[in-house]
Amino acid sequence: MMARRFLTATALLAGSAGAALANPKPWQLNMTPGVTEMSRQVYDLHMLILWICVVIGVLVFGAMAYAMFKFRKSKGAVAARWSHNTTAEIVWTVIPVLILVAMAWPATKTLIEMADTDDAELTVKVTGYQWLWRYEYVGTDVNFVSKLDRDSDRTRMLRSGLDPAAVTVDGENTYLLNVDRPLVLPTGTKIRFVITANDVIHSWWVPALGWKQDAIPGFINEAWTRIDTPGTYRGQCAELCGKDHGFMPIVVEAVPPAQFAAWLGETDAIAKAARAAEAAPAVAAAPTADAGASAADAQ
Amino acid sequence: MATDHTAHHDAHHHTPSFAQRWLFGTNHKDIGTLYLVFSLVMFLIGGAMALVIRAELFQPGLQLVNPEFFNQMTTVHALVMIFGAVMPAFVGLGNWMIPLMVGAPDMALPRMNNWSFWILPFAFLMLLSTLFMEGGGPAGGWTLYPPLSLQGGNSIAFVIFAIHLMGISSIMGAINIIATILNMRAPGMDLLKMPIFVWSWLITAFLLIAVMPVLAGAVTMLLTDKFFATSFFNAAGGGDPVLFQHIFWFFGHPEVYIMILPAFGIISEIIPTFARKPLFGYQAMVYAIASIAFLSFIVWAHHMFTVGMPLGGELFFMYATMLIAVPTGVKVFNWVSTMWKGSMTFETPMLFALGFVVMFTIGGFSGLMLAIVPADFQYHDTYFVVAHFHYVLVTGAIFAIMAGTYYWLPKWTGFMYNETLGKWHFWLSTIFVNLLFFPQHFLGLAGMPRRIPDYNIAFSDFNMISSVGAFGFGLSQLLFAYIVWSCARGGARATDRVWEGAKGLEWTVPSPAPHHTFTTPPRIDDRELAHGDVSH
Repeated sequence: MMARRFLTATALLAGSAGAALANPKPWQLNMTPGVTEMSRQVYDLHMLILWICVVIGVLVFGAMAYAMFKFRKSKGAVAARWSHNTTAEIVWTVIPVLILVAMAWPATKTLIEMADTDDAELTVKVTGYQWLWRYEYVGTDVNFVSKLDRDSDRTRMLRSGLDPAAVTVDGENTYLLNVDRPLVLPTGTKIRFVITANDVIHSWWVPALGWKQDAIPGFINEAWTRIDTPGTYRGQCAELCGKDHGFMPIVVEAVPPAQFAAWLGETDAIAKAARAAEAAPAVAAAPTADAGASAADAQ
Repeated sequence: MATDHTAHHDAHHHTPSFAQRWLFGTNHKDIGTLYLVFSLVMFLIGGAMALVIRAELFQPGLQLVNPEFFNQMTTVHALVMIFGAVMPAFVGLGNWMIPLMVGAPDMALPRMNNWSFWILPFAFLMLLSTLFMEGGGPAGGWTLYPPLSLQGGNSIAFVIFAIHLMGISSIMGAINIIATILNMRAPGMDLLKMPIFVWSWLITAFLLIAVMPVLAGAVTMLLTDKFFATSFFNAAGGGDPVLFQHIFWFFGHPEVYIMILPAFGIISEIIPTFARKPLFGYQAMVYAIASIAFLSFIVWAHHMFTVGMPLGGELFFMYATMLIAVPTGVKVFNWVSTMWKGSMTFETPMLFALGFVVMFTIGGFSGLMLAIVPADFQYHDTYFVVAHFHYVLVTGAIFAIMAGTYYWLPKWTGFMYNETLGKWHFWLSTIFVNLLFFPQHFLGLAGMPRRIPDYNIAFSDFNMISSVGAFGFGLSQLLFAYIVWSCARGGARATDRVWEGAKGLEWTVPSPAPHHTFTTPPRIDDRELAHGDVSH
């Protein structure tokens, strides 16, 4: 019965699945612009600096190529004797400083916005473990772990003989990028994350959200997001955390706020029921035994 | 100029036994050779580990090694390449060339010189032996971040002791280089007349003395946390895991400049020689190296933008890091200006030097991108970072070491290396190294974290290209080993000056450089001295 109610809760999500997929693509060359205001600002900064570097590169390498072509001994070039030029040296010291200021200005602006976690409407606590993530919706009983899906897990074994290309969801390859239970989040809502770890340092990273934040034992780090588009967004642990570092993905399922509220209410009810059942001495069988199906892992 | 060198002091009037010469010898040239040979061996061992990594990453799924061993490979590959290949190569070049360039008969502290070399083979035997111990070698990354680095077996104690030995060796080498440069210069060789390579090593040696003890402190605290129940970095005991990162990178950032400043020096010798034109802005080059060295002490936390620093800290470290672009830019502009209106030829050392300028600059660009904190939140700990530091370390530091090797090899052996094979080595290395590392930028931007043994299908194409590049680059280095070996055995006789445009005291002694040089100080002629108009 509990399992069925969980399935209903999941069914609530099914409607939104596939709205915006953010898997990495084969031959992908560039960073994703992501699905938040902040991730787009990060992307724009990235492109701004990239183009500045390209322009400087074209000038410097162009000058080098011209010199190599023009001033070669085999073409009869005779070496000049000069070895300094004060004006040129001042120019190529001052102009880079100005370019740096032009880069630092928008970077500072974005960074200040990213650091402001005030006025969040929802707080999610993220805890890194070797090698899975725990999510707690602060203020509710919803609290579960999220780990690599079974399909990927079977396939990733040394010489498993299974084809990673065969691990798919809705036609997209999800090898090592899928979990048993995604983190469900509402769109259009400022969500604050408090991030920590239980054993070693991990790092929580979903590229579509535009940032990663280290999860460090003994520390609580903060970050925030406001997702614009419903969809499934995938990421991975980004800090080396031991042998299965490559096998603790993150999946965020972003749904419209009303749908999220329904899901949270339903899941919270299941969690509360589970806790009540656990508190009742008659029920000896621990409902947490089946972590995959159990909504709550009350401790 | 100073042709009254002392060829008749050559070693032929006393013939030391093999052990006397190579084990107990204190001659700077022999010790330089030992360092360089050691470094080449380590380069090939570290390279073999890189090929294990790239072989596993050739396609998705785990085919060859389990993740535990993969992590040991990434960790030990880095330690071997940094402490075993790049740093000893620069010390070897310094040992060989600094006395020749400043007109000194030997290093200031010859016995310590022998000692600082002979520590290294034992340190690396110990480090490599951990791979065969119960529980395996270190697998927490070369940065040894706790708590992960303390989770493995007891082999960490051997790793830490090996690091202590490497640090002692580096500090002694640095003291020796400073003492030589400050005390043993020939009369008339003023500080601001020294070749840039000597300047770059003087500044590097101060960096080494400043930061190697910091690393020693950090790893000693790891040791006591692991074996003596202290809690420096253990949150449960009131310690702070982030403190380790601060201490480590206070060492680690100057360390990356320790691996690039001598490279700047080598390139600043080679480009003027083959452009047949004085180095542009000699004094600006010296000041740029000094500024970069100073800045290296105040940028360490740019390796840690995602640990959760306060806003003010993030901004400070971003601005300070961006500033490094200014003196680095000055160096690149000065190299290009040195070529401008020169009379260039493109022998192998020049090819490697030009390759250095282009590809090191590409690594500099990605470094600037990484300095931008909000963008770093995306780049951090991805393959973009892997691409960045391999561009500055492989096509930067290692290309400079190869350039320097080809440049000075005829002076060391008395023979010209095979120029055709040298050019083949350059072009094969350059093509494959770009195939190896350029696609890693794309992988990182597309979302592939570093230090993972397996990946999603989307990352397979660029990983396959990268692995092909890795094997091509690795095999090309066997050609390098062959060229050096055959040049040591014979070939066309090298002249004393070797290169038409070469300047500096090292070219006034015969080729091969006799066992003892400058036993009486040479006379210094400013016009023939190193490169450039030293008054600017």
